[in-house]
Amino acid sequence: MPYDPRLVQPMREELTEIGVQELRTSADVDAFMASKTGSAMIVVNSVCGCAAGKARPGVRLALESTIRPDRIGTVFAGQDLDATARAREFFGQVPPSSPSIALFRDGQIVHFVPRHMIEGRDALAVANGLVKAFNKYCTPTTAN
Amino acid sequence: MGTFHHGRSELHGITVVVDTRGPKVFVGRCDDLDEHEVILLDADVHEDGANGRSKNDWVREAARWGVWKKMDRVVIPRAEVASVVRLGDIAAD
Repeated sequence: MPYDPRLVQPMREELTEIGVQELRTSADVDAFMASKTGSAMIVVNSVCGCAAGKARPGVRLALESTIRPDRIGTVFAGQDLDATARAREFFGQVPPSSPSIALFRDGQIVHFVPRHMIEGRDALAVANGLVKAFNKYCTPTTAN
Repeated sequence: MGTFHHGRSELHGITVVVDTRGPKVFVGRCDDLDEHEVILLDADVHEDGANGRSKNDWVREAARWGVWKKMDRVVIPRAEVASVVRLGDIAAD
């Protein structure tokens, strides 16, 4: 059962206010994933305090990096059910968890941060892991 | 792989690996842990050697991706438990 929208709204805004695109429907997710070039990131947001409370600030910190995904979207687990289910279809054989973060390159998932890699870590540690992945996968390729 | 001896307040809500003295190893979200039992939610279990994978192989894969929920809740008697560690503390390949 979805949570009270009033409870969830500040958690949504923690990401949307820094420009993360909210994906509320499966059609939103399809449109977001339609481009198969460049890099993209989907943050699976959640109410879970022990992990999501570190994931959102971690994402905010990571997005201060000069190298970052071309497109950044978010779905809200337990709230936007269809959008979350559709996003997880793009994650392939990765088991569902929330919060979690998926990074794509040219439409293919290349890096995944499951919930257990967020639990017990602070925002800086989450951010450092993401920045490392950004540096690996989001650097624009150059033609030889 | 260090063992935690903390109470519920420490591991409640945390995804853990529960290795047993037998062939089974569990991964799930710790609901409670005391001297009598470990209670996991949204858990998966692997038996050593199943599908050609050792306990360590399976746990390392779980550490990289997570696990698919096969049980809503499982209670593991403490006498069968060899160790309880955070899944996030295990280095994935």
